[in-house]
Amino acid sequence: MVGGVSLLTLALSGCGNQSTLTTDSHASHVISNLWWGMLAGSAVVFAIVVALLFFGLLRRHGTDPAERDRIGSGTWIVATGGVVFPAVVLVVLFVVTVGALPATSPSGRTSLTIDVVARQWFWDVSYSGTDVRTANEIHIPVGESVLVRVQSSDVIHSLWVPALNRKIDVIPGETNEVVWRADRAGVFRGQCAEFCGLEHALMALYVVAEPRREFDAWLAQQSRPGAAPATTTLERGQQIFLGSACEYCHTIAGTNASGTVGPDLTHFASRLSIAAGTLANNEGNLAGWILDPQHIKPGNRMPATALSGTELQLLLAYLESLR
Amino acid sequence: MTLAQLDRLERSWAEPRGLVAALTTVDHKRIGVRYLLTASVFFLLGGVEALVLRLQLAGPNRRLLSPEAYNQLFSMHGITMIFLFVTPMLSGFGNYFVPLQIGARDMAFPRLNAFSYWVFLASGLFIYSSLVLGIAPDAGWFAYAPLSTTSPGLNLDFYGLGLILLAISTTAGAVNFIVTMARLRAPGMSLNRMPLFCWSVLATSLSVVFALPALTLDCLFLELQRKWGFHFFDSAHGGNTLLWQHLFWIFGHPDVYIIFLPAVGIVSTIIPVFSQRPMVARTWSILAIMATAFLGFGVWVHHMFAVGLPQLTMTFFAAASMTIALPAGIQVFAWLATIITGRPVMKTPFLYIVGFIVVFVIGGLSGVMFAVIPFDQQITDSYFVVAHFHYVLFGGAVFPIIAALHYWLPKMSGRLFDERVGRAGFWLIFLGFNLTFFPMHISGLLGMPRRVYTYPAGEGWGLLNLLSTIGAFVLAFGLVVMAANLAWSLVAGAPAGENPWNANTLEWTTSSPPPSYNFPVTPAVRSADPAWDHAAREDDRERLRDGMLVFPDGHETAGTTELGGDLDEVLRMPEGSGWPLALAVSLAVVVTGLIASSNIAAALGIVCCIVALAGWHWRTPEGRAA
Repeated sequence: MVGGVSLLTLALSGCGNQSTLTTDSHASHVISNLWWGMLAGSAVVFAIVVALLFFGLLRRHGTDPAERDRIGSGTWIVATGGVVFPAVVLVVLFVVTVGALPATSPSGRTSLTIDVVARQWFWDVSYSGTDVRTANEIHIPVGESVLVRVQSSDVIHSLWVPALNRKIDVIPGETNEVVWRADRAGVFRGQCAEFCGLEHALMALYVVAEPRREFDAWLAQQSRPGAAPATTTLERGQQIFLGSACEYCHTIAGTNASGTVGPDLTHFASRLSIAAGTLANNEGNLAGWILDPQHIKPGNRMPATALSGTELQLLLAYLESLR
Repeated sequence: MTLAQLDRLERSWAEPRGLVAALTTVDHKRIGVRYLLTASVFFLLGGVEALVLRLQLAGPNRRLLSPEAYNQLFSMHGITMIFLFVTPMLSGFGNYFVPLQIGARDMAFPRLNAFSYWVFLASGLFIYSSLVLGIAPDAGWFAYAPLSTTSPGLNLDFYGLGLILLAISTTAGAVNFIVTMARLRAPGMSLNRMPLFCWSVLATSLSVVFALPALTLDCLFLELQRKWGFHFFDSAHGGNTLLWQHLFWIFGHPDVYIIFLPAVGIVSTIIPVFSQRPMVARTWSILAIMATAFLGFGVWVHHMFAVGLPQLTMTFFAAASMTIALPAGIQVFAWLATIITGRPVMKTPFLYIVGFIVVFVIGGLSGVMFAVIPFDQQITDSYFVVAHFHYVLFGGAVFPIIAALHYWLPKMSGRLFDERVGRAGFWLIFLGFNLTFFPMHISGLLGMPRRVYTYPAGEGWGLLNLLSTIGAFVLAFGLVVMAANLAWSLVAGAPAGENPWNANTLEWTTSSPPPSYNFPVTPAVRSADPAWDHAAREDDRERLRDGMLVFPDGHETAGTTELGGDLDEVLRMPEGSGWPLALAVSLAVVVTGLIASSNIAAALGIVCCIVALAGWHWRTPEGRAA
């Protein structure tokens, strides 16, 4: 146990931000407090059981008849340790459980509603009441409760951003809800938590919590159609996009590309990641992704696109202009 | 009693060597050994799968396995360990030792028993043929719809059909156990004197009978939807996605106890023996076993706290889930009290039980946490869950299974293992186990989801996973040492004698290994610890002298009343038969026909089943059919 606890401390010192042991939101803080409380309680119970076990194994048996009499038949040990003690602990635990439910359940006023459709294997995100549609990245204002409604277009997924709240399963045919409220600005990683097939492991997302002003600016920016090509280079890049298979699966608002199989790319360049949190969004990664997505995320729905070196450069330039 | 009588007993019960006898045997001991060996092979396969998975996860972004290979392997690991290893392994101990512990000469339905084994073997081979073909089930061991209903290929058909086939075996086995314990106990063994291991097998069997139909129905719906266009789980056509989960966990949670309770029985068998005193609060233990089996049916929704159910529903199931900690508490403290008030003898089987208590308490405590709804909703489907259920399944079931192997193998083989190597094996397994699974608690708390074939660097999961991988190989090495020691004992172990542990139950009153007829005379039982009852053993010798309750003519055993265990009738037991095997093969033909989409083959299989059933029942032997 000592080894375990020191391991715990060691691991916590280097943790990333998908950890559940966080105080970035009230809901997750309540849950992590539950954990620490239960860990403490469990440690006590464990210590008692192990102490009794070793007492039984190590004491010199039968040499002291008085001691035998004191212990008696042993049934009282069972009644105390196995019935009375756990019953009291469990009643307390039940009350605590019921008490913690409101903090983690959807209730109260929310300032914003975000619709998330989970697909194999990315997150399709839109903001209710606006034209904003994005993927694998959700921006929210700090300090405000936002309602996240989740639906699935194929199999069961589970939306899990541990820093912001519990997970919520995404069930075909149902709409589930979770409320997020970030207590500080930051980028929080999340991931699909219900096995959803081949690329379940590579179905992550980022939640960007930012002050209201920055959020409003972001939302306004995302509401616009895709940037029109400002130079001939970008124009040629756009032609390559529209002239290849890309447009069958992706949408860029303001162009003819209106496919819905893959993520909306209208403001692709403003995002942090490619392929649902798989790669950082930079030109080199994007080039690799376009040329051979099956190597990076085997089995995903995007086929490789054969392009010459020039074509690739032009296409990259265009996509990177979609801020 | 004369030597001639013993000779007649031997002649009527002994089976000849050779292929025909091997295929037609109905001897519960041979069938029990087959269960143990077959399940051990599946344990080996599931273990190798786990090692490969651990290699893939040893560090972030590793590419040893493709996602498809990983998903097949983790699914097969779960399916193998849950369905093809633990339950059949415990059936093996049950088959071998329930009749011996109750003083009977066989199971109540010996032919049905043979049939159960053959069907188990067939379903195991059927499911594993998919891995050989590279099209193994790849949707996890609980195969949630609609992933399982919409996935292409035959992968999930192997799952659905294989589990339907296996359910036939498990159900037949459970019914056999129930009737055996109800009717075949030696005269004098009233129900309250039945050994605790038998009680746990009884509770398990009752659970199987009521829980398994939910899984079978689920798999039936799955196949109807996959093969014939039904819409049970299809929300777009009036079905319901969550129906799968409800049915699955109505089976699945009782299944946790179907796995765990026989292990409890093993622990309650071994602790009194190595504490050299009767079990403390024995009646409480029995009630705890039965209560666990019963309550196990009322907690399934805690597997579904994240699916978006109403709060009131979840609160009810949270309370029910917490309640089940009470019988577990009674069990643990009854064991502790037995040890404290006894005179512990530290031998390898007991060492595993001590290890079990330590590990199981950790798993039990982390289990209670899942009843705390918000914590469950945060932590479910993370590696914390993987850690938890390995603590309760490996710690709670495999440790007792290994303890039982050390405890009972000397009875089965007549030879003892090496004690020092036995201890070394234990320490390797105990340390390897904790090194593998303890860090998973932490990787789960740090947000690592389960069932991922890869994970990024930078979340702090890499070191923990490396430790788990190293632990897995230490664990595997320990298992090899343990198995080698047991294998060596079969060849060169010291003679065990009748009762090397000074144990209290009836199997230790006959020779090691037991004769084909188990007991020369139906043993006298006047307490819950008959092997410690010297007066009753004196009775046996007297009965043997007088030829009472020997039943030397043909396959006969004592039938007793269900509660009081009073002698009721002498039961004629069937001889060996090839029909159970024929019926099992016919069933295998049916599922193979279905998987190959050959309706002709499936129909042919059904005809074969009818023929086999007719053949089986054609001539009913006097007294009782198979």
